[in-house]
Amino acid sequence: MPQFDPTYFAPQLVWLGITFLALYLLMSKLILPRINGIFAQREDRIDGNLQRAEALKEEAAQVLAAYQKAIADARAQAQGALAKAAADIAAETAAREAEFGRKMADQTAAAEAGIRTAKAQALADVRGVAAEVAGMMAGKLVGAPADAGAVVQAVDSVMKERAR
Amino acid sequence: MAEAHSPLAQFEIHPLGGPIHIGGLDVSFTNSALWMVLAVAGITAFMLLGTRKQAIVPGRWQSLCEGMYDFVSGLLKENVGNEGRKYFPFVFSLFMFILFCNLFGLLPGAFTVTSHIVVTAALALFVFFMVTIIGVVRHGLHFFSYFVPQGAPVWLLPLMIPIEVLSYFIRPLSLSVRLFANMVAGHVMLTVIGGFVFALGIWAGWVPLAFVTVIFGLELLIACLQAYVFTILTCIYLHDAIHLH
Repeated sequence: MPQFDPTYFAPQLVWLGITFLALYLLMSKLILPRINGIFAQREDRIDGNLQRAEALKEEAAQVLAAYQKAIADARAQAQGALAKAAADIAAETAAREAEFGRKMADQTAAAEAGIRTAKAQALADVRGVAAEVAGMMAGKLVGAPADAGAVVQAVDSVMKERAR
Repeated sequence: MAEAHSPLAQFEIHPLGGPIHIGGLDVSFTNSALWMVLAVAGITAFMLLGTRKQAIVPGRWQSLCEGMYDFVSGLLKENVGNEGRKYFPFVFSLFMFILFCNLFGLLPGAFTVTSHIVVTAALALFVFFMVTIIGVVRHGLHFFSYFVPQGAPVWLLPLMIPIEVLSYFIRPLSLSVRLFANMVAGHVMLTVIGGFVFALGIWAGWVPLAFVTVIFGLELLIACLQAYVFTILTCIYLHDAIHLH
């Protein structure tokens, strides 16, 4: 067998040493660091993406919180505005009612005063006419003009009795 | 191809160009050296071109390169643990070198570097001495407790220790002969059965041709398997040197 021919033992061993050393150096200095680099890069990328996803998630949560706060604020504001409008309306209504009431009271008072003066006027007129009629009637009956002061007094006493 | 080749002719070594001598040492560049250089060039090209894009998401070729890396790195991690990490470039080079020499040897007309006992023995002895030195440097004299089996009865020790020592020193022999014999046997078988194809001619030659096709597939498997076996045994020896059992 050619395998046991020692003629070419030496060159085989020498070239095995040279080529294997070259291979070892190529692998350890070039190829394996290169693949390590690829793995490291990949890991970095994955970590980076995970971090970015985390950041995005946080941002989304913040946006959601801001949105919910805005909604709550808007609702509170709307309720405030609504309450204020209701209060305004109530105040206006109350003010108008009060004014209306006052006007009515004034008018009532004025009317009552008018009625009172008219009544007093009427009573006074009645008293004068009654006194005149009574005086005339007494003069016709007696034939002589009656005492005016006595007639007025008599009419007054009768009117007081009737007014009771 | 009609010339009557001996099945062993494929293992013959001849210098390419002229013989070269340096200081009495024959360093002629032979066909064996050529295929060693081709294997190294092939491995480097394969790994370099495969990873040229350095893609985050690897393509098919880059996946293959990364797979090689992961495969050897996994072997080392499983068998040696994290202490084996610093021997990774060596173990990776060893695996790739044997794998590519075995596979290139299957190319038609190629020379199989690993079919020579000198080469496999040199690799095996290198592994053997490396592992022994690592063991002695790590554990000092305590390393030799490796030869004393734990839990064996004392009266058995005179028998057990020589067996352990013998099995330790026989490692480079079994390691080198296993690879060498597998390569030689495979190539002889391919050549012999391949010879029958011509001998039986166009009518009956189909039968050995079918055989040789099947056996070629088997040889591809063996080429990979033997590289794997050499590598995993190296890892196991490294484990023994680092952990002592």
